[in-house]
Amino acid sequence: MSKKGFFGRLLGGGAAADAEPAPAPVPAPETEASWFARMKGGLSKSSSRLTQGLTDLFTKRKLDDEALEELEELLITADLGVATAGRVTRRLAKSRFGEDIDADEIKAALAEEITAILAPVARPLAPDFSRKPHVVLVVGVNGSGKTTTIGKLAKHYRDQGRTVLLAAGDTFRAAAVEQLKVWGERTGCPVIARDTGADAAGLVFDALAQAQAEGADLLFIDTAGRLQNKTDLMDELKKVVRVIKKNDESAPHDVLLVLDATVGQNAHSQVEVFKEMVSVTGLVLTKLDGTARGGVLVALAEKFGLPVHAIGVGEQAGDLRPFAAAGFARSLVGLE
Amino acid sequence: MFESLSDRLSKVFAKLTGRGALSEADVTEALREVRLALLEADVALSVVKDFVARVKERAVGQEVVKSVSPGQMVVKIVHDELIATLGAEGVELNLAAVPPAVILMVGLQGSGKTTTSGKLAVRLKKDRKKVLLASLDVYRPAAQQQLEILARQAEVGALPIVMGEMPVAIARRALDVGRKEGYDVVVLDTAGRLHIDAELMAEVAAVRDVAKPVETLLVADAMTGQDAVTLAREFNEKVGVTGIVLTRVDGDSRGGAALSMRAVTGRPIKFLGMGEKLDALEPFHPDRLAGRILGMGDVVSLVEKAMETVDQDEAERLAKRMEKGKFDLNDMLSQFRQVEKMGDLKGILGMLPGMGKMADQLKDAKIDNKVMGRQKAIILSMTPGERRNPDLIKASRKKRIAAGSGVSIQDVNKLLKQYQQMADMMKKVGKLGQKGLMRHGLGGLMPPGGGFGGGKRFGR
Ligand SMILES: Nc1nc2c(ncn2[C@@H]2O[C@H](COP(=O)(O)OP(=O)(O)OP(=O)(O)O)[C@@H](O)[C@H]2O)c(=O)[nH]1
Ligand SMILES: [Mg+2]
Repeated sequence: MSKKGFFGRLLGGGAAADAEPAPAPVPAPETEASWFARMKGGLSKSSSRLTQGLTDLFTKRKLDDEALEELEELLITADLGVATAGRVTRRLAKSRFGEDIDADEIKAALAEEITAILAPVARPLAPDFSRKPHVVLVVGVNGSGKTTTIGKLAKHYRDQGRTVLLAAGDTFRAAAVEQLKVWGERTGCPVIARDTGADAAGLVFDALAQAQAEGADLLFIDTAGRLQNKTDLMDELKKVVRVIKKNDESAPHDVLLVLDATVGQNAHSQVEVFKEMVSVTGLVLTKLDGTARGGVLVALAEKFGLPVHAIGVGEQAGDLRPFAAAGFARSLVGLE
Repeated sequence: MFESLSDRLSKVFAKLTGRGALSEADVTEALREVRLALLEADVALSVVKDFVARVKERAVGQEVVKSVSPGQMVVKIVHDELIATLGAEGVELNLAAVPPAVILMVGLQGSGKTTTSGKLAVRLKKDRKKVLLASLDVYRPAAQQQLEILARQAEVGALPIVMGEMPVAIARRALDVGRKEGYDVVVLDTAGRLHIDAELMAEVAAVRDVAKPVETLLVADAMTGQDAVTLAREFNEKVGVTGIVLTRVDGDSRGGAALSMRAVTGRPIKFLGMGEKLDALEPFHPDRLAGRILGMGDVVSLVEKAMETVDQDEAERLAKRMEKGKFDLNDMLSQFRQVEKMGDLKGILGMLPGMGKMADQLKDAKIDNKVMGRQKAIILSMTPGERRNPDLIKASRKKRIAAGSGVSIQDVNKLLKQYQQMADMMKKVGKLGQKGLMRHGLGGLMPPGGGFGGGKRFGR
């Protein structure tokens, strides 16, 4: 397997990615061997069991009930959830049951089933810069990677020559403001901030006004992490949205929910509640450089159909990738 | 969203009236549901398999005690096994060392190490320990400042930040300061890292070798999925873990990761993180977590909470009516009042066994604590006859009620629809089992002495 081939597929360019939409504008440096190595490292460790399992299973054997059950279990271990794993497996069974099939064929077929589910949601972030600013609100549970993702996105658009402003809307967590300020310095983006403990909605109001006055292309708004079952904190987030709308009825233009790839079935509740409360428009999945495969995304795609804009593959500013359905599906089943 | 195990099992065993020993077929069918419940709760598949095998071994041939159903019997066996697997409760921190005793915090990025360090400091300070917090996180922007701020909030010592100093050196300095300044405990907060990041895992191992911690706590998020087994195994193998702290237990995840991590490491779960504030750290109770994982309802907490706030007589009256499947608008009003007293509606219903579905329905019906006041007003604008017999309420009466309570007719309709949903649910509940849900759930489901004894008071 060549690196290029892998990247081609993952970034939505290669032959295996017919189902992909046009190459994404979200960062896609072509030759990042370090990330490749990391992702591969993660894959080879985590998927090694999956891969090994599949390889053992299907070195030319009949795709029978037992084989399908094992296949379903392998998907469960990737966090697809029982229902989705079952559905995907049954779909595979419909077309291939009883066939003698080898490991690679089965993996490819499985990846295809998953790609079909994911392809419609693989949609890059597409800001409309004429809005001056295009407002992106970033939300999610504690520690999912919101601030880091903002740093990465800020770098991406700065590198394209855009003017980007960051609003330090996490006025709750200790040193959250300082954290975003570091990202502002790293990426050359001004950060609008108040002291910890200040009213988040007020800060956001000022930030939007400033971004409008300066005619900035983009405004990213960081928010404090919050668990979706905390009604008061969710109300506070709604208030932030209201305040934005007071200033610009059409904003926020994107509401990104940042999910951690290690999350299990609770992701359903996260998407459901954040979507209902603040009309999430898209997802970002972080920490895919670890061993967690983020398979719950498949179930989320089936259920909510929200676009997945990007994935996080590390802690550095450059560690953001477009979400490519085929690449993700193939890594999920342990191909590549 | 989740169906509780007790609901699932009551379905499986609904047809089953036979008495005597549990047959292999009964058990197998029940265990399919157990497996599903555990997987939906994010327990790792390998752990689920072992667990189910153990339960099967214990359950087949088990005599079904006279007064309980086979489903209840299986739930009891599952529950006991789960508690046994989750391990002992309240395993305290081991601080037996020549001071300062070192606690090393490890875990993935964003798992909650820094906040937990602050919480431990608060807790230890209460035990009159002199605590020093030191951040070894030189990677995440402002991580060291974050811990410094938490130390200030907790009113404990913070190791001064020296820019550019690397983790092992920071650990050495922390120990040095700890010794010189007479600290009892030094908490070393480390950067989040991936267990497959060889370089960073070697780094934390080097810190461990220098600091010789008495406790190395793996901090992990309660909503972790199947990867919990991998990360726990790897951290345990590469760094050596002495205990687990499960964070964000105040969320609505089922927390199956706890079972996974406990099973693969054999290490005790020592604390649960229950909120963002520094006092939100609780000792671990296996029975509570077991109930949560299986959706059996966190009966203990419910009963405790209920006993504080709910009018016992009223609760009993309601429970009796529910058993008979009876439910009118007076009952609804009275429920509103109780729920208001108890706090969050969804939270309360979620804790009740068998009520998961109803909580969902209520959620669909968009009841929340705020609109409850308005709904109460609507019911109060009805005549006693209407409240007892809602079928009476036709168009003209609706108009009067709407005017009386200052709402629109749609609001009245909405309330009546909600009422209908609840009444239907109550009817089903009344039929559920010969004894009705409240006893079934609280008094009957759990064996006496199983830690749920208090349920009776609320249940009957
Ligand atoms: N390995 C890895 N780590 C990541 C990734 N994204 C974020 N992180 C790390 O995860 C941790 C939490 O990230 P933050 O960006 O602070 O998360 P947050 O959602 O802003 O957290 P709160 O504001 O505290 O709720 C940090 O240590 C990040 O460096 C990723 O894609 N891969
Ligand atoms: Mg943040």
